[in-house]
Amino acid sequence: MIHVRDISLQAGTFVMEEVSLRVAPGEYFMLMGQTGSGKSLLIKTICGLVRPAAGSVHIDGQDVTRAEPRLRNIGYMPQDCGLFPHLNVIRNVVFSLRARGVGRSEAARTAQPLIDMLGIDHLRRRRCEGLSGGERQKVALARALAGEPKVLLLDEPVSALDEPTRREVCAELRQVQRHLGIATIHVCHSLEEARSVGDRVGIMHAGRVHQTGTVEELSANPRTDAVARLMNVAGPQDRRTETT
Amino acid sequence: MNRHDDETPATPGRFWRGIGRHGLAIVTLSFLGLFVAAVLSIILADVFSRFFHFRMLPEMFRSPQVVAAMKLSAFTSGVTLGLVVVVCIPVGYALSRYRFPGHALVDTIVDLPIVMPPLAIGVSLLVLFASEPGKWLGRGMDGIGWDRNAAAGIILCQFLLSAPFAIRAAKSAFDGVDRGLEGLAMTLGCTPMKAFWRVALPLAGSGLSAGCIMAWARAVGLYGPLMVFVGCVRGKSEVLPNTIYLEISTGGIEVALAATMVMIALAGVALVAIHALAGGRRWWGV
Repeated sequence: MIHVRDISLQAGTFVMEEVSLRVAPGEYFMLMGQTGSGKSLLIKTICGLVRPAAGSVHIDGQDVTRAEPRLRNIGYMPQDCGLFPHLNVIRNVVFSLRARGVGRSEAARTAQPLIDMLGIDHLRRRRCEGLSGGERQKVALARALAGEPKVLLLDEPVSALDEPTRREVCAELRQVQRHLGIATIHVCHSLEEARSVGDRVGIMHAGRVHQTGTVEELSANPRTDAVARLMNVAGPQDRRTETT
Repeated sequence: MNRHDDETPATPGRFWRGIGRHGLAIVTLSFLGLFVAAVLSIILADVFSRFFHFRMLPEMFRSPQVVAAMKLSAFTSGVTLGLVVVVCIPVGYALSRYRFPGHALVDTIVDLPIVMPPLAIGVSLLVLFASEPGKWLGRGMDGIGWDRNAAAGIILCQFLLSAPFAIRAAKSAFDGVDRGLEGLAMTLGCTPMKAFWRVALPLAGSGLSAGCIMAWARAVGLYGPLMVFVGCVRGKSEVLPNTIYLEISTGGIEVALAATMVMIALAGVALVAIHALAGGRRWWGV
């Protein structure tokens, strides 16, 4: 469903080199890495907000490397939710439908099942600035999904939440993703989050994807020390030191 | 927990510091207020008692000079405002969002009319349109009714003097809008133009409106450069500031006062609107 092939780019002093990634239809893929490893940049490249110097991005079998973001059929949720402060909740949710020329009442009707599923119907007329962290996440998720995208890209969707809300939102994300069967990339820092939500995990470090696999596979056999550090296990370097 | 539980208990020291701080502010404001109010009252009372009676008011506003000047002021400043909206908002957006070769130069040139003495701009325009390229330019604009000594000249002068304020305000307003939101709008189905209309423009709306009102107010009150570049011919190039000058020169203090009152009222309305739009605060409170 999502195929990133040998993406290379430079943003300021940061260099991303030959990053490749494949996410299957309906798969929940977790992209993990330390701050500054290039996760958000990769997500923005898939969105079309950053243009790669080399490589290609394929979504649903189509090469979208040079396509405008609006033509990629993606749902994107940035780190801070990115709710439009001048619009109320319902207008945020139906934004993608209205941008594509759907009438106001028809857009509201189309988005209603999603609003019911996420339990945000009571927030319809609220301004975004008064919403709690969890409510903001749900509204942003509803907005990302309202246009019925083929893939969902979540950039640290729960990093700003407290632990109980984080668990609740993660469970909800997983449930919604299962229900819709949509290929998803979810950026996170936490192994716990990756274990609880993701089907597979990709580890990024210093602008490269070091390894992909299930949490168990990565924990059992980390290929690099960066992967081992994130998995909290001994890495190749540590094992060599122990042997000598 | 009670909201006051974690607050530091009031001590005599804090109390006196509070009194001192607020007391100083009250004394300063009272002094300033009294001073300004007293000076203004004396001037206005003197002027109005000598030259102005309320029963003269309707007559003043029926004065053909004031009516003609008001019409020309409204027309020229209206067209200038339209030009400011059409030109300055895109320029402010471009300066805020894009880095292009010569960006710093354009940014500096925009500020030039702000720091240059207004009369110098009037003289510069006069010299430009007296030169060969200027004459050629004037002939080129004949088709759109160019006449340096009439409305077209006034509009050009007003636009050049007020546009920098609007561009500066537009740039600041767009700087304050998170550009990530525009990118997000594009992932949600917007073209770059639609993202501008649906996200950037509404979010920058207050600042843009305040900038446009500021530019309009400056255009309405422009005097010096107009006198130099356009001149002042009764009924042809006479806007409200010129009326004040002409009437005072010829002893028509009543008409000058009427024009002054109109301009003070316009300035007051503009000021309140700018504060209400730009700050989003109550102008009468904190």
